[in-house]
Order: sequence, then structure tokens, then C-alpha cells
Amino acid sequence: MSEPDGATSVLVELRAVTKRYGSLIANNGVDLSLRAGEVHGILGENGAGKTTLMRILYGLTRPDQGQVLVDGESVTIRSPRDAIGAGIGMVAQHFSLVTPMTVAENLTLGRPQGLLIDLEAARAKVDEAADRFGIRVRADARVADLSVGEQQRVEILKALAGDCRVLILDEPTAVLVPQEVSGLFATLRRLTAAGLAVAFISHKLSEVLDVTQRVTVLRRGKVVGTVATADTDERQLATMMVGRPAAPAESAARSPGDTALRVTALDALGRQGLAALKGVSFSVAKGEILGIAGVSGNGQSELAEVLSGMRLPTAGSIEIDGRNIAGFNPRRMMAAGIGRIAEDRYAAVVPDLSVAYNLVLEHLDEFRRGALLDETRIRANADEMISRFGIVSGPDDPVRKLSGGNLQKVLLARVLSRNPKVLMVSQPTRGLDVGATEYVRGEIVAQAQRGAGIVLISEDLDELLALSDRLVVFYEGRVVGELAAAGADPEQLGLLMARGSAA
Amino acid sequence: MTFLLELLGATLRNATPLVYGTIGETYSERAGVLNLGIEGTMYAGAFFGFAAAAITGSRTAGLLAAIAVGLAAGALMGLLTVTIGTNQHVAGIGTTLGLIGISEYVNRLWFGSGQGLSRIEPYPPWEPLGPNNVFSQYGLTYVAFFLLAPLAWWVLARTHFGLNLRAVGENPEAADSAGVNVARTRYAALMIGGALMAVGGAFFTLAALGSFTLDIIAGRGWVCIALVIFGRWRVWRGVAAALLFAAVYALQLRLRILEEFQAIPFELLLALPYLVVIAALVISGRNVAYPGAYLKPYRRE
Repeated sequence: MSEPDGATSVLVELRAVTKRYGSLIANNGVDLSLRAGEVHGILGENGAGKTTLMRILYGLTRPDQGQVLVDGESVTIRSPRDAIGAGIGMVAQHFSLVTPMTVAENLTLGRPQGLLIDLEAARAKVDEAADRFGIRVRADARVADLSVGEQQRVEILKALAGDCRVLILDEPTAVLVPQEVSGLFATLRRLTAAGLAVAFISHKLSEVLDVTQRVTVLRRGKVVGTVATADTDERQLATMMVGRPAAPAESAARSPGDTALRVTALDALGRQGLAALKGVSFSVAKGEILGIAGVSGNGQSELAEVLSGMRLPTAGSIEIDGRNIAGFNPRRMMAAGIGRIAEDRYAAVVPDLSVAYNLVLEHLDEFRRGALLDETRIRANADEMISRFGIVSGPDDPVRKLSGGNLQKVLLARVLSRNPKVLMVSQPTRGLDVGATEYVRGEIVAQAQRGAGIVLISEDLDELLALSDRLVVFYEGRVVGELAAAGADPEQLGLLMARGSAA
Repeated sequence: MTFLLELLGATLRNATPLVYGTIGETYSERAGVLNLGIEGTMYAGAFFGFAAAAITGSRTAGLLAAIAVGLAAGALMGLLTVTIGTNQHVAGIGTTLGLIGISEYVNRLWFGSGQGLSRIEPYPPWEPLGPNNVFSQYGLTYVAFFLLAPLAWWVLARTHFGLNLRAVGENPEAADSAGVNVARTRYAALMIGGALMAVGGAFFTLAALGSFTLDIIAGRGWVCIALVIFGRWRVWRGVAAALLFAAVYALQLRLRILEEFQAIPFELLLALPYLVVIAALVISGRNVAYPGAYLKPYRRE
């Protein structure tokens, strides 16, 4: 808040906002101002307090101390309704849309009410938004039928339909493919040109540099500083964000060996009974990390389930050491050498059981004496895993009390201590902070160096590019492309992900 | 031909309480609350409707009493599942047991000492087309098919209240962040639903029978739960499901008296409509899309 700029007016200002959760201080005396016509980046690691701050502004959380000023006047925002009334709109990370309803119905929900639904008014809003801001959505489409990018546009439309002048976007690019990101940025530029202020929450430096005019960096609940984007660079922002220069992730040179896993012409049905995998073939060498790229919902989850034995393939083979293991149940899959880090971490543990029990859950047979559990060895195993993987908890703590990063370490410990021949990892760092992310990535790379074949499924393109040796792209249940990760062209990759062809 | 027309007339008559119950349950469930209090609500509607009519001598008073009891039963479900946030299964079964118990207790207090059954003069059938096998129905039947069903559909599909109701049943977080009062909407849905269920129960005492007997609902509330799922939470499909059940029910009553069916124990025929519902659920009930917030109490974080 140092650089003078009298020409633009401040629409919303937060002054000395503090929010505590028990002993944790989520926001500590935060000052922030949002000006008309600017995209203002809010940058910080997971847990830095970005989301809490925006939830306060949108009335979802009450601050313990501090003031919110709208047009220079102090206001109290108790609920989203108050925020909307003050001209503040928000697009959260998890969309709040009623998916079986149409776009128009979603826009109508909560609007000033007569007896009857006025869908014509909603359609008019959609047309107006298309003309003014280039936001294109079909008003009568069912939200459930829209892509994630389109659903995000509906969320933006909802905020605009509330006549907002300040739009908060919480990590809006996390769910988008590259083409959709550039479309979103174009929209944001038109919104700010029309005089809106946009708060853009992110932890991706390149995007913040690309689209914002100013950046406020948070670390551990405090403002590290606010800088003009034109006067800064990635290095400075990264240093502000983590307090030290971030080490770039690198895929260490590995020498892939023999084939670890070969998947041939695999077919499988998805949850709705429709074909989810259609003739999928690929192979992974020992010591290789194969990245599976694709917009979520194109067969990746089903692939993970098939490879772990949770879903039966309808055709095709899965070979480890030349032996077809397709159709095995999860226990036999594990015995054959497949280890799995599941996408849904909480579904992979029994939350009320202790860390020690969860660590032996997948191979209880080895921790028993006759019909009874061998508590001594379970305890010894837990102590060993806790120290080897740096899990911050006691062996008797229930797993549900662990943070996301520690939970992931428990899952890693459980799988990696078995030295699997093939490791199948889904969204390994989703929701983890930078420290935990670095740790998890390091463990995955170490497994490859040990000689395991790794299948890495991730929605985070940066992660795929940083870790993988090779990428295959999934689109509508098929492998539509294969390319080396080093020097992969993001444009080509994005096209493959979004359309299934690079042409 | 007469047989078929009679069958059709009986089907409409038998379907009437089920239509009230099914539409009432549809409203509750579309708002995200499984109301297992339906059996008890129909029972209490049957009894208190009858009691009020017997005491005042006015069938209209009976109908109003049933509606009041239904509104109260819905509000009770709201208190338990919306305000307190208890498990919906337990709250519903508790409500049913409680309402049946209260009804039977008050029945013994008010009518128990008398000799034989107390009776009221029931609603007479109305024959707008003259003497007729099909359109000789009670007023509540005409209301159910020609007024209630279209109105219930229209409210859900076309009004703001209906939009809010569907939204709180699918995604209460989204409704809340759009400024819809989730608790108030669910209370309203439960109370409207309860009133309809109670009227469905009162149909037996005020129209079909003119008296109150123990076990008068005989599981029809539970049948409505199945019909709602079979109807996939749509008003018109629910009405169609009620007609299917009632048709099989009316058919087995007629088969029982035929020569050719004397060899078959009548209990088997009696089970026929229930078997049809089970079969229909098995065939069509797989992979149905339940309302998104079904069984989930809503709390703002």
C-alpha cells in the first residue's frame, strides 16, 4: 500500500483484520485494499490465510478484530447476503451450484422473489454478460452437463447477477486447462476495464504475474508486502511467499530399465455403467515416472481403481513381470507388487483408528499371533514409520486428527515400506502446503530411483511436468497422445487435454 | 366391460390416500428430508379428523383438524431433523410411533367406553356425469387428481418457493450462499407434506369408512415411501406409481371372489400389490438419483 495512485478509487478496504482458530492465528492484523479496475493478486502458501481473509470479506467467517470498509465507510458483513448487498461477489474453490438445475435456475436462486420464477430475466443476464464480458454459457443447459470451466463461468455470472463491483476468485485456475485459463484471464481483463475490482487468490507465480496489477503476499497470516506487479518478478514473489528462495523441482536423471507394468487394450465401465476406459494401452519401465494428464473425469479415476483391483476391467490385460493380473482383487494386486496412493486420502484410512493400526491395515496378516493382533510389533512398526517418514503425531492418535500432509505421510509409509514394484499415485499433493508437497514429491522420485515403475495421475500440470519422464494424455477414456515431459509444449498438451487432438 | 370400469373406479378410490401421501412425501424428500413420520401422520390424520367430525358433527371441521395435526407433525419433524439435526430415520420412526400411540390413547379416552363403533356420516360420492362406475368418487379423490397433483407439480416447477425447495434438497450450501433460508424452506416443505399426509389418512375415516378402527392405515405410509422412490421424486410419476399399486390392489380384491382363484390362499393375493411394488422398485429403482442432500442435516460452517 505504498505506491501512490490517486486516480483509481478504493472500493473495499480491510484494516487490521485478525482471525483466530483456537491457538492458530489465521489472519494477523491484515491490511488490504482493492481498487476499481485492478486485478489484485493474493499470493501465499496453503495455510497462509488467503482463503480465511476472503471468507471474512464475503461474510462466511466473522473476524475477531478489524474493520471492513466499502467505499470508505465501515460496514459489518454477517452473511453472504450482506456481502452481495455491499457489491461483493465470490467464486469459491468448490462451486456452490445446484447441479441438477439449469444455468438460468441457478442464476434465479435467491434473487428478489415474486411468486413465479422469472427465467427470462436470467436469460437476459446471460446474454448481457456474453455481450459485455465475453462470458459464454447456454442459459438452459443443466449445470451437471457443463465442463468445470463452464461451471466456473456460471459462478462468475452468479456474482455479476448480484451486481457485484468486487469479485473474489479463490484459486480459480486450479481446475482449468491452459486454454480455459487464458479465456478466464481475458474475462477478468474485461471485467476490470468495466471498473470492477478482482481479488485473485493463487499460489501460482506465473499466473499472478500474468494477470494482476498489484500483489499482496501473505505468509503465516501476516501481510509480507504489497507490490506493483510491473515492479516484481517470480524470484522476489517466491522469496516473499516462502521466506526463502524456493528450490525448483527437478526430475533427476534416471535410467529406465525393463518393463515394470504393461497395460494392454484395457476396457472398463465407470460408475454410471458407461464405458470409462476404452482400449487403454501403455507401459511403464522400472525407474520411470509415467504421468497421466487429462481434465478430471476422463477415465483417470477408473484407471486408478482398475490398477488397484477396486474395479474390474471388462477387457484387456495388466501385466507385471509378464504375469496377467487383470481381475485380481485388491489383496492379490498388492501381493503382485502394486502399491497405491489413493486420490481420496480419507477413504484410504479408517479415520477413528490410530496411526499405528492404519499403518498395518493393508497387511494385518503379518502382524498377528494366531488369531490375535501382535500389538508389540504393530507398535514397533509405527514407531519406525513415524520416525522414518517424519509423521508429526503419536502412534495412538486417531488418524482423523492429522493434517493433510501428515495423513499423506501415513499413506506413503504404509505403501512404500512394502517396496512395491509398481506405484500408482493419484493427486499426491492436492491440498498440501509447499513443505509437504516437496516431501511427497521427493519420496516419489526416490521410489523411481529405487527402480519402481511409477504411474502418476495428477490434475496439476506443473507437477506432472516437473516429475514425469513421459506423459500420456487421457481424453474420454482413451489415450490420445504420448510425449516426453522434458520440453513438452504446454499449448499442444492443453489441446490434447481439452479436445483430444493436438491439430 | 363393467368389470373394467368398476376396476378403474376402485383404482381411483384406492389410489386417493396414496396420492396425498406420495405428494406429501415427495415435498419432504425434495427438500432433503426423508419423513418416515408419514405412517404416523396418516394415522393421526385419520383419527383426529374422525374425532373432530364426530364431536362437532362437521366433516369440514374434521378435515381442518386433520390438516392442523399434519402441520404439527411436519413441524415436529422439522424441529427434530432441521433445528436439532438428529438422524432422520430415528426421528421419523419415533414420530410415527409417537403419533400412533397418542391417537390410540385418545381414541380409548374419548370413544373406548361406548358400545360398538362410533360412526359419522361420511362424505357421499359425487357423480357429476350421473350414475356411473368410474366417476362416482369422493370429493377428496377429484381434488387429489384434478387439483392437488397439477398444483403440486406447478409449485415445484414454476414458483420461487419450489425452486428454493429443490435447491435446499440438492445443495443447501449453494442455496444458503445465494441467500435462501434453508431451515425455513425445509420447515415449510415438511409442514405442507405433513398436512397432505394427514388428509390422505383422513380420507379413510371421513370418506371411505365413516369410522375409525385400529391399524386403519395398515402400512400405506410405508408404501408411499416406496412409491416416491419408484416415482423418482417427480409428482406425476409418483401419482402414476400410486395408480399402479391401487390397480393391483383393486384387482386382487376382485380375483379373490372368482371361482378360478378359490384354490389360491387369499393371503397370497393380498400380498400381490406389495410384491408388484417391490418388483417395480427392483427394476426401476437402481441407480436412481436421490436428492443431493437426502438425509443430511445442514449446518453453516
